[in-house]
Amino acid sequence: MNRDGIALWLTPFVARPIALIGLCVLLAMVIAAAFAPWLAPYNPYAIDPISRLMPPDAVHWFGTDQFGRDTLSRAIYSARMALLIGAGVVFFALITGIPIGVLSALFPRLGHVLMRMVDVLMAFPSLLLALGLIVILGPSVANSIIAIGAGYMTTTTRIIYGLALRLRAETYVEASRSMGSGTWWLVIKHILPNLISPLLVQASFVFAFAQLGAASLDFLGLGAPPDIPSWGNMLAESRTFITRAPWLLFFPGMMIVLTAFSLNLVGDALRDRLDPRFRNAFGGEG
Amino acid sequence: MSEPILQVSDLKTSFSVKRSGRKYSLKAVDGVSLSLSAGEVLGIVGESGCGKTTVGRSIVRLVQPDGGAIRFKGADVLAASGSALRDMRLNLRMVFQDPYASLNPRRSIGDSVAEAGDINKVFKNRADRATRIAETLTAVGLEPSFAARYPHELSGGQRQRAGIARAILPAPAVIIADEPVSALDVSVQAQVLNLMMDLRERLGLSMLFISHDIGVIGQISDRVAVMYMGRVVELSDARGIVDRSAHPYTRALMAAVPKPDPSQRIAGAIETGEPPSQLNRPVGCAYAARCPLVSDRCRVEVPELRPIAPDNRLAACHNL
Amino acid sequence: MLSVRDLTVSIGSDAAPVDIVSGVSFDIGKGEILGLVGESGCGKSMTSLAVMGLLPQPGPRIRDGRIDLVGADVTTLQPWQRVEAGHGCIAMIFQEPMTSLNPVRRIGDQIAEAVRVHDGISGAPAWARAQELLELVRIPDAALQLSAYPHQLSGGQRQRIMIAIALACRPQVLIADEPTTALDVTIQIQILGLLRDLCNRLDMSILFITHDMGVIAQLADRVAVMYGGRIVETADVGALFREPRHHYTRGLMDCMPARNLGARRLPTISGQAPRPGAIRTGCVFAPRCAAVQDLCLVNTPPRLVLGKGHEALCAFPLQAGRAL
Repeated sequence: MNRDGIALWLTPFVARPIALIGLCVLLAMVIAAAFAPWLAPYNPYAIDPISRLMPPDAVHWFGTDQFGRDTLSRAIYSARMALLIGAGVVFFALITGIPIGVLSALFPRLGHVLMRMVDVLMAFPSLLLALGLIVILGPSVANSIIAIGAGYMTTTTRIIYGLALRLRAETYVEASRSMGSGTWWLVIKHILPNLISPLLVQASFVFAFAQLGAASLDFLGLGAPPDIPSWGNMLAESRTFITRAPWLLFFPGMMIVLTAFSLNLVGDALRDRLDPRFRNAFGGEG
Repeated sequence: MSEPILQVSDLKTSFSVKRSGRKYSLKAVDGVSLSLSAGEVLGIVGESGCGKTTVGRSIVRLVQPDGGAIRFKGADVLAASGSALRDMRLNLRMVFQDPYASLNPRRSIGDSVAEAGDINKVFKNRADRATRIAETLTAVGLEPSFAARYPHELSGGQRQRAGIARAILPAPAVIIADEPVSALDVSVQAQVLNLMMDLRERLGLSMLFISHDIGVIGQISDRVAVMYMGRVVELSDARGIVDRSAHPYTRALMAAVPKPDPSQRIAGAIETGEPPSQLNRPVGCAYAARCPLVSDRCRVEVPELRPIAPDNRLAACHNL
Repeated sequence: MLSVRDLTVSIGSDAAPVDIVSGVSFDIGKGEILGLVGESGCGKSMTSLAVMGLLPQPGPRIRDGRIDLVGADVTTLQPWQRVEAGHGCIAMIFQEPMTSLNPVRRIGDQIAEAVRVHDGISGAPAWARAQELLELVRIPDAALQLSAYPHQLSGGQRQRIMIAIALACRPQVLIADEPTTALDVTIQIQILGLLRDLCNRLDMSILFITHDMGVIAQLADRVAVMYGGRIVETADVGALFREPRHHYTRGLMDCMPARNLGARRLPTISGQAPRPGAIRTGCVFAPRCAAVQDLCLVNTPPRLVLGKGHEALCAFPLQAGRAL
């Protein structure tokens, strides 16, 4: 992508300050995850029985939990799990959704069968599907990714299928076919390059919803092992102390909301950038 | 006449369409025979839905005909495979109508122009590929530097030149041009038509030129086939069609072209009817309902193309 | 009927406006058809939308000029405000009739609705008027077609329906923006004939916008040729085709294939049309003009009056009496 291209991607953020804030929050999350050992004031696993359930103060900004662990440090380390789950789910959804969606569009008969199967999967509420898969696979980080990813694979596949069907009817694809191109050529040279932008948007939404899914699984004790810091685990461990130490629920809960909300803001901005009806308003190509 | 380079015989193509739950077969092309000699430009003119585009698309195998044969230098196009198919892919090339839709917005002009060569592996190496792209762009009147640009940076006329460049790299024998200038402004249209006439001479191209615009067709073609409802109704040299058309449909078509001369004006209401539905074709001649010469025979029997006096042009009409 | 003076439509900020229509003036008399001809991007559609009061919001705006309809200033009024203020009615038809018709409502209902809005009648009388309008636009079996849906009609018939809806408000002026461009020629000629007939019978004025010189020659009484947001030549249709005085008009006529049948090469106008705002000094056509002089690049060309109602925006117009 050339410089003009990058400038075009940034225009929606410049024109919409709230999306820029979302982008900054996400950047902060990434930094928190990458530099957690340096940013966290305490070891997130260090138990300190004397200072149990301390409310937020100058020493422990976010307070401490029932084992005296520093909530701020645990919240910072949790960003790692959040990013891992988000990236994992997006990767899983794309790695399954792209081949199924594209092949279904190119081979209508195969597509007929595959898309009916996707329809069946879509009929399940995504959390129910994730729970069922976890019961079969057993709880672990990798299995959380698969369980949540399975739910978003269906919507991703549907979107890719729709886009690929439209691309297949494009005149430049016909031109390519008239010159003898095969399926592989069409996919690599014509279909995938035109899918990148809309998939980026879809990825940002999947990433956001994965946060909520992972938090739910963790809260139910079916996600990451309880000793690993994650916002969902923190909520689950602290729920018995909700009246005595509400900050234990407030901070991780806020992190989940903030992350998901920021991702949605960024996703919205990207989608508006791609929607031709908004394109001119941002001074893009028209 | 010399051995035809491209021969279409009794081509029949239909599509199945669904209307209110029922499946219908839509006969887009219903028995078309045409032949194109080396170096010749054959124009196909007709109104929307007459099947002219489907004929072109059948030749490059974008649609599968139900019947008939297409022969390129005597070899069967529809059954070709392997190296024979590769040969046809390189020799039978198409130029599309909409220069905005026919170039992939995410590929550079150079990549688009070289696509047929890339697919069929005709370039020796990267340098050879770059040279051929530059030569071809120059041949269509674009700077070689356009190779690195993207479609949205080009005007409509420049895009159509790139579309033509794509069709002539490497050296094809036949260009099938489907409304190549219809989406362009008049002043740009003339530039592109001149380019196509130049290329035809310089590269010795044969051309099947499909258009709804009788002015454009008359300008570029040696012979013209007039199509109506999936059939050729008249076939003659270009002058014969434009100046002395015989078939009543061709005459109506010629009369309907707005002449750029205020002294030959329409006076008021003209009611010449509309074509029948393609899903519900009349039994006899498809033009019978609009035809001033109609007789009882027209409503029962489909007229075949036959030579008409005095110049032995071909026309499909019982009453000439 | 309709008088437009120095109409300037701009986009961009007030500080640095880009004129997409600049200083356009024309008049249409009662029962007259004015053809506005030009290539894509010349500003002809924007002119018609400004006259209609339908410029897209937000976006282009009228920066200068005045539009008078039947003697009243309607420059800043929306179509409904014009009707309420009793300034008379301008109706408009577009290139693609399908997008202007509601696909799930019967033709009769859609025409009757327009009748109700303008005549204040509904029910059976409105349907009777709808049938009358369909007969006016020569739809065969009008009574039957009232209960048809848009998709059951051909493109030509749908355009007739749009004309019928436009006529429901008994317009003094009809603006037709490329109404036949999407149609086949044998259908186009019928619609052109219909418009000419309606113009004569209803004594209605028509502003007919097209890119096609042939259509202009067939239909228009007077012609305004637009290029780069300006009207570069105005004349009676006969005079314009007999002796075009602006180099662009001449070039446009020369490069039509219909005038050059059998020629090895077509005359062309070199280059391509400028983007709005690209040319700020001198004549907009100068970079493509075959007879360009140094002065043309610097000075704004004068609007020369070259005969009765014949004007050209050119410092060095073509000589009169040079036959084509």
